[in-house]
Amino acid sequence: MSDLSTDAYWKANVRIITICMVIWALVSFGFGIVLRPLLAGIPIGGTDLGFWFAQQGSMLTFIALVFYYRSYMNKLDAKFGVEE
Amino acid sequence: MDQFVINLIFVGASFALYIGIAIWARAGSTSDFYAASRGVNPVVNGAATAADWMSAASFISMAGLIAAVGYGNSTFLMGWTGGYVILALLLAPYLRKFGRFTVPDFIGDRFYSQTARLVAVISLLVMSITYVIGQMTGAAVAFSRFLEVDNTTGLFIASAVVFCYAVLGGMKGITYTQLAQYCVLIVAYTIPAVFISLQLTGNPLPQLGLFSTHTASGQPLLQTLNEVLMDLGFNDYTGNHGSTFNMVLFTLSLMIGTAGLPHVIIRFFTVPKVADARTSAGWALVFIALLYTVAPAVGAMARLNIITTLWPQGIEGEPLAFDEKPDWMLNWERTGLLRFEDLNGDGLIQYYNAANPPQRAIDEGWEGNEMVLFNNDILVLANPEIANLPGWVIGLIAAGGLAAALSTAAGLLLAISSAVSHDLIKSIINPGISEKSELLAARISMAFAIALATYLGLNPPGFAAQVVALAFGLAAASLFPAIMMGIFSKKMNSSGAIAGMIVGLGSTILYIFTYLGWFFIPGTNMLPNTPDNWLGAGLGMGISPLSFGAVGAALNFITAFIVMKLTAPVPTEIEELVESIRVPKGAGAAVDH
Repeated sequence: MSDLSTDAYWKANVRIITICMVIWALVSFGFGIVLRPLLAGIPIGGTDLGFWFAQQGSMLTFIALVFYYRSYMNKLDAKFGVEE
Repeated sequence: MDQFVINLIFVGASFALYIGIAIWARAGSTSDFYAASRGVNPVVNGAATAADWMSAASFISMAGLIAAVGYGNSTFLMGWTGGYVILALLLAPYLRKFGRFTVPDFIGDRFYSQTARLVAVISLLVMSITYVIGQMTGAAVAFSRFLEVDNTTGLFIASAVVFCYAVLGGMKGITYTQLAQYCVLIVAYTIPAVFISLQLTGNPLPQLGLFSTHTASGQPLLQTLNEVLMDLGFNDYTGNHGSTFNMVLFTLSLMIGTAGLPHVIIRFFTVPKVADARTSAGWALVFIALLYTVAPAVGAMARLNIITTLWPQGIEGEPLAFDEKPDWMLNWERTGLLRFEDLNGDGLIQYYNAANPPQRAIDEGWEGNEMVLFNNDILVLANPEIANLPGWVIGLIAAGGLAAALSTAAGLLLAISSAVSHDLIKSIINPGISEKSELLAARISMAFAIALATYLGLNPPGFAAQVVALAFGLAAASLFPAIMMGIFSKKMNSSGAIAGMIVGLGSTILYIFTYLGWFFIPGTNMLPNTPDNWLGAGLGMGISPLSFGAVGAALNFITAFIVMKLTAPVPTEIEELVESIRVPKGAGAAVDH
């Protein structure tokens, strides 16, 4: 593989990692902790949406992120011909 | 049938299964022993990783911690699962491509330095040994309660079983026993939770039951719990009563600490390909979340159940009488983890928040909270008894608690023994050692590690609980930044990485010891461990010693980049090594070197 396409592959990888990590931080540190007061108006089962994110939603989002990253990278590997 | 016999059958059957697997999966080579010959299916590896990761702390302690504080302890849920996103995206695929056996292997080769390797070995040994103490004591508690043997006998049985499958089978034996242990522990955790969720809300899924209507009161379960707790003078369950800043920092420390734990990382060396490492991390998270999304429901529902037991006529009525205590209270009082005292001598158990007793408590002749001691660790183990579930569920919980403790202990013991035989003996002391001798060395160091863990389990240092915080802090501040820079910065050189690790390690140890005492010896702390004395308190952002791992990691990164700028650049062949670990192709070929 040429240096040029290695660079392009790595840039694409870092870009998708960055997007995923922003969402990772948003659902846990954001919705679950710091931004919880903003979500206080959305009731859910005797409490608010922020509590749900802290005890359920963040973990479900984490799973979705890891599987999304996996399928994105499988396609990217194939596109750049670096898959096994 | 007698409960003791039922427990014996469940625990005995699970142990027989583990030993059977050990005999079937014997290790014949070092590659078998360290990495199961890299032939593990990614879903199987996900389940093994989940069992490896979920220790006595996750199975026994976590729901109790959440029950005690409510929302504030959501940190454990987010922290201990969020770390897997970091692992899956930032570490696991590249470490698998690198294709060696241990974490110090990567650090030593990537930073072309035996010093870096040695610093990594030391960090690994400190964090893994402290961690293993907790597992052995957890196993001992489960033994002494459920099998009615004393702690010492319990520990010897646990050590003998681990010895069988870990020394014989190495990573291969451990992987398949962990798969079995995952099945045992998840079934054991889920069944009582489903029963209790049905009893309280009519919803069989605890994850939904937590946010459903409480059948008895006709209003949402969490609302009922909040009201009942506030009536007794406690904080409400869903509110935030701590420092938001420390909650963020503690969660972050747990996340990067999780991603830096060597016994978890080495599990990703066992799959055939880089793509499998990504898949495997996803499945590990699914299997972990099966327990972690149930845990908050277990915590909230058990807390409500305990209060209902203590107030049989409802919260407005008369409290439970001392001579009407249910069997589970009597059973657990015998372990010394639960204690009631009739302080005002009226024969009734007054349970209120001692720091803030409500007016009615004072009217009743309050002399103090009469549930004098409730150790959080008994919550999960006593849960089936509290909810009046049948005897076999209790037997299952006993087998599950032991599975959680033993699977983590085995993973840690493997990390310890491979660091000694592979990184110390093979890479540093005697590079010419033959494969056969290295395998023997690995088995002998494993046996030594088990003996040490047993000894420490029998004579636990009084500070076992705080030491786990140290393990996470060290993983976060030393190994995680070094591995990450090794992958994401081509220019990071040996001096930068070593300086970073030493600063991260040193600052974290120093900060923890400053507030918790030198080597955790009481009275040797230089500053009192209270929020107004923590660093940053003047800015309204005091850093708890338990949250310092994230700060240590930041110091590690900063130091590494400054030192890198001032020292010799990284050799060209190392830049090429980093380029090669960034692309998946060729991981299959990078198996045995």
